[in-house]
Amino acid sequence: MSDSLPADSVGLVTPSHLHIDTPLALDCGRMLPQFDLIYETYGTLNADKSNAVLICHALSGDHHAAGFNSLEERKPGWWDTAIGPGKAIDTNHFFVVCPNNLGGCKGSTGPNTINPETGKLYGPDFPIVTVADWVKSQAILADSLGIHKWAAVVGGSLGGMQALDWAITLPERVGHALVIAAAPKLSAQNIAFNEVARTAIKSDPEFHEGRYQEFDTVPRQGLGLARMLGHITYLSDEAMGEKFGRELRSGKIQYGYDVEFQIESYLRYQSSSFVERFDANTYLLMTKALDYFDPAKEFDDDLTQAVKAIQAKSLIISFTSDWRFSPLRSLEIVDALLSAGKSVSYAEIEATQGHDAFLMPIPRYMEIFASYMQQVAKEVNS
Amino acid sequence: MTLRVDLQIISDWIPDNAHVLDLGCGNGSLLKHLQQRNVTGYGLEIDNSKFSECIAGGVNVIQADLDEGLSQFGDQSFDFVILSQTLQAVKRPDFLLREIMRVGKQGIIGFPNFGHWQCRFQLGLRGKMPVSKNLPNAWFDTPNIHLCTLKDFEKLCDQYGFSVVSRSVVNHEHKDTLGIRLLPNLFGQIAVYLIHNGNS
Repeated sequence: MSDSLPADSVGLVTPSHLHIDTPLALDCGRMLPQFDLIYETYGTLNADKSNAVLICHALSGDHHAAGFNSLEERKPGWWDTAIGPGKAIDTNHFFVVCPNNLGGCKGSTGPNTINPETGKLYGPDFPIVTVADWVKSQAILADSLGIHKWAAVVGGSLGGMQALDWAITLPERVGHALVIAAAPKLSAQNIAFNEVARTAIKSDPEFHEGRYQEFDTVPRQGLGLARMLGHITYLSDEAMGEKFGRELRSGKIQYGYDVEFQIESYLRYQSSSFVERFDANTYLLMTKALDYFDPAKEFDDDLTQAVKAIQAKSLIISFTSDWRFSPLRSLEIVDALLSAGKSVSYAEIEATQGHDAFLMPIPRYMEIFASYMQQVAKEVNS
Repeated sequence: MTLRVDLQIISDWIPDNAHVLDLGCGNGSLLKHLQQRNVTGYGLEIDNSKFSECIAGGVNVIQADLDEGLSQFGDQSFDFVILSQTLQAVKRPDFLLREIMRVGKQGIIGFPNFGHWQCRFQLGLRGKMPVSKNLPNAWFDTPNIHLCTLKDFEKLCDQYGFSVVSRSVVNHEHKDTLGIRLLPNLFGQIAVYLIHNGNS
């Protein structure tokens, strides 16, 4: 970070904490006796509290969606491309709230926080939470802020699933749902990738059945491998080809097993930096939340029935080169909303970046995103 | 906002509170106009910039290619399915027409009349592919690949058992002249049909 903050940045932000003493009943049947949520907010809540936008994060995301936590921070929050003054989610108009999900590792109650009942870290004993549990906890956060209805709930990937679940389960509390690069449930292939990631973590000798912190160690190898695999599924063949091709680090083939191709070096860098900032138990939990997400299940696998209750208007966006959650997966959501006669728009964005495209400032994507949010702002102000 | 000639005709045929699907909805001006009368529904549009205009105008729009049909919509799920000035630009107008009448209770189809005397004059006497205000492109770069006359269209409807409920034929100034009334296929430039399934 340089000395001055960019003009279109939300600037320096300090996270807030919410402590809830009321027990939260989870989908898995267990109870969280109390919990904390860490969250950031940007912009100003208006007098009638109608301009609030909830940002839901994806698998490895957190509450730090925009701006900088300190002047020393090198990179801004994970969705800084979309949140800020004059950006798609314009903080001149909206009050933006982004919490770290339960089970996360960035300050909300999760595996790396203390279990009040034992006085020790939860670790692997932290209950598996679901998308629906997140929605419930986020609703408690909304209550604490006095927000009855979100002007919009917005998310990409696993965040998009939360936006969809919000609209389905708490229909009167969502004005608009923006579901980006998501799917109505994981495919067998998606689950398979998650299982490989979990196996990588669990088979690391340093994993110690999830109690690695008690042994003062981290399953680096396993978590790093999981991230490498994940990262491959976030990019497209085309994007990788453009960025790295078959470029060699030293310029010639070495006939050995050390890092030779640039892509190898990149993946190793991604994995080692991820290990520094992320918790293995949280990674396991987040992949499970993904696997379990299936709002149509309670409706005899009929997504149209599942979305019947929705009152929100929706914008669904997909990206052409996304093979993790391809445009066809978004179209399943669109088709259900159309069949149910709901208000919906759908855009398929030409992009080479794969699943990660949802985080990129792709001009057409940002234009549509911004135009849509301007309509939301108009509704709020009318 | 003033509506394009053919869109005004279409708008007049659609009652308040109807549920409509506008195929190739362009910048969404018809749907936007109809919103004032509580008409709900969706536009389908493939062009990026027109699509963005729909979003900016608060019109529900689905990015889709009409050549792929309307399989995402159930049978008889709309009161009206509208296709204005686009029939001539799709790969299989016959396929799309049947799709329209599958998902819609009624169809509204507007197209430029290739039987207009100026087209006939340019092709018949000057021996050149017609270029006009309604069909401004040269033969080699026109999106209009399946042009037809009023007679052609009516024959196709007849073939599928779709009956014409109403027909409006005008010139490009939206005027209904004596000539058009007497010889619509010769003097009409824009035709808009309201059709439905079966005989009536």
